[in-house]
Amino acid sequence: MPPKIGVYICHCGTNIAGKVSIDGICEFAKTLPNVAIVREYKFMCSEPGQNLIREDVKKKGIDRVVVASCSPLMHEKTFRKACQDAGLNQYLLHMANIREHCSWVTEDNASATEKAKALLRGAVAKVALLEPLENKEVPINPNVMIIGGGIAGIQAALDIAESGRKVYLIEREPSIGGHMAQFDKTFPTLDCAACILTPKMVQVGQHQNIELLSYTEVEKVDGYVGNFKVKVRIKSRYVDIEKCNGCGDCWQKCPSWRVEKPKGDKKVVHNALTLGPPKSIYMPTLQAIPAVPVIDKESCIYFKNGKCKICVKACPTGAINHDMQDVCTEIEVGSIIVATGYDLFDSSKMQQYGYGRIPNVLTGLEFEHLNCASGPTGGQVLMENGEPPKSIAIIHCIGSRDKNYHEYCSRVCCMYALKFAHLVKEKTHAEVYDFYIDMRAFGKGFEEFYNRLLEEGVRFIRGKAAQVSNEAIYPEEEGKLVVRCDDTLLGRVRRVPVDMVVLCPAIKATNDAAEVARLLGLCHSKDGFFAEKHPKLAPVSTAIDGVFIAGCCQSPKDIPDTVAQASGAAAQAMSLAARGSIEIEATTSVIDEDICTGCRICNDLCPYHAIEYVLDKKISKINEALCKGCGTCTAACPCGAISAKQFKDNQIMAEIEGVLS
Amino acid sequence: MAFEPNILGIFCNWCSYTGADLAGTARIKYAPNVKIIRVMCSGRVDPQFIIKAFSKGADGVLVAGCHPGDCHYIEGNYKTMGRIPILKQMLTQFGIESERFRLEWISASEGDRVAEVVNEMTEQVRKLGPLNWKKETDTKDLKHS
Repeated sequence: MPPKIGVYICHCGTNIAGKVSIDGICEFAKTLPNVAIVREYKFMCSEPGQNLIREDVKKKGIDRVVVASCSPLMHEKTFRKACQDAGLNQYLLHMANIREHCSWVTEDNASATEKAKALLRGAVAKVALLEPLENKEVPINPNVMIIGGGIAGIQAALDIAESGRKVYLIEREPSIGGHMAQFDKTFPTLDCAACILTPKMVQVGQHQNIELLSYTEVEKVDGYVGNFKVKVRIKSRYVDIEKCNGCGDCWQKCPSWRVEKPKGDKKVVHNALTLGPPKSIYMPTLQAIPAVPVIDKESCIYFKNGKCKICVKACPTGAINHDMQDVCTEIEVGSIIVATGYDLFDSSKMQQYGYGRIPNVLTGLEFEHLNCASGPTGGQVLMENGEPPKSIAIIHCIGSRDKNYHEYCSRVCCMYALKFAHLVKEKTHAEVYDFYIDMRAFGKGFEEFYNRLLEEGVRFIRGKAAQVSNEAIYPEEEGKLVVRCDDTLLGRVRRVPVDMVVLCPAIKATNDAAEVARLLGLCHSKDGFFAEKHPKLAPVSTAIDGVFIAGCCQSPKDIPDTVAQASGAAAQAMSLAARGSIEIEATTSVIDEDICTGCRICNDLCPYHAIEYVLDKKISKINEALCKGCGTCTAACPCGAISAKQFKDNQIMAEIEGVLS
Repeated sequence: MAFEPNILGIFCNWCSYTGADLAGTARIKYAPNVKIIRVMCSGRVDPQFIIKAFSKGADGVLVAGCHPGDCHYIEGNYKTMGRIPILKQMLTQFGIESERFRLEWISASEGDRVAEVVNEMTEQVRKLGPLNWKKETDTKDLKHS
């Protein structure tokens, strides 16, 4: 029996109707083979629009549906559900993308209408050959894995753990806390970062539902939503977590440093401001969770030349063991939250600012370390020679808002520049010069904070600094760093001599973001941050079902926004876990036993190892649970034994013929 | 009347099709000559599709997939990278100029690239003129599923 196709043309308001002739398309649709009904409506995705489909299926015997409207990536689910609700198999639907691929991108109306007709003809031809398919239901593992133990990972872990579910929190550094643990104060409230973060860190460490795997890397992720298998490597600290009692004797007695030691005139080493002991056996901060040290293999004397082991002798519980090995293990979870944070733009790339070349030029993060009470200066703002500066310049947008490096704005720097300005005014008598392009004070309490700073005597200069130089031209510049800028409010170029310069480098995706994306199958945008499912309406989900993102790995943001996203991702993961089971798309590939010759060409092609060779029948067979429906095997099979459901050869060929004729 | 090339586009769901959607959302205007159909992965593209397209009136075929290393299905686009050039060589021997058959890597964020490639290819094919591959390849002998 020939199919009875219902064609539904959407106006999408004026998005389609304003460019494409709806009447023309409708008339054309009526001429296409097997088309029984043609309807048009202003918004097909709306309730009355969907009802048109449902009524025609129930009352007019429509058994194939074509919706000519927006992209299937937008509303395929919507219309599939409408079909299903009416009793028609949801896979007997096909869409013609006459909006994103037609009305929105074509200049003149006549061409747009012709293109829409071609796309529609292709859709009608394909839908006639589609076959009903049934989704598989698979159980969901309620456990959640969170990759990244910064404030985003910590918040998400606590939210999920409090709901009674189990969380595996994976952190590659020896301690959780991320970048926030390295901050002194947070804007705009000037809360002490450690004071508000440490209680949460402790809670994570003690929570019965959180299994914290610190100093651990994710090596492989297999599986699919509800059923992920993750291989992790727990790196060896060379300290036994169970035996260590946190006394600190080891690092107190350790004779070697893992960072540059201050020497001679260099009393403060700005790029080595550790917040914990600077020794080869160390904790990243004294509030580390787990509160267990780790040995830095590169600088440890024993690892370098087989001598020392002072730490082993000092340790009262015998927790230190230089022969410890990495431990690899596999964890099964149902969903994954990626909260891997950010790295800072390497400011030495912009040579004109002198970072790495001229002393007393620091990045924002280094300046934070300098201000931390647990740092080597006890929180005092000091120059390399150990003296307090008499003047400091803070330069915005290093690498941000710059077509040569990162076009985007890093969102938090204006506010932390203000914070720094305040801290300097509070702790020293130094003059503060703040060089900005714009002052972005968009958040809650931000504008008020800016106004407060305006009254604290900070000298704001509207003009991006072009250069930091230590070559004096005028007498007052001797021994100083000179910031050269275009003061746009004064209307002239200025040279401002200062003692210290703080740069606000761009926040960028972590250096290995591309590898992480590959591990999980995530897309990333041009600037390297992980791609969310939808920039407006789905900022924490991704194209991969069951994998969520939160925090700066998605885009630069401050702590409140990070925490909000973390809770959002946690809620999505919990919603998945609560469901118990989930439907997997039926669009897998299948091998026809009668046609397969057993050549095994397909066996090695599958990236998911979903194809096995059945020895007694001497043919290949696809494991439906593992197949993701990419169709690579289908294209390769020399005898056409493999069909990719919903994308079979005859279906695609019909669509090709349709759009071309 | 100027010759309007009739070009088929086969775009993979995860990167290039999404990229084309982005061009739409951004209202980037480009030549209407490429009609896009969707496959889940560029690795699905069977050489038969290309031959079918040319035999059914296509003056050009554009296959678009994820950048190497970014394939949603890990390696599908590597298979495409292997198949397409071989097919291209074969087709040139049948008189189908290499500009008529193009493989592009377009990511989900490269809406502007979609427009760029479509415009460029349309003009190239326009200069070459219609293919007029009247002889319809008998597809009964080729595999079907």
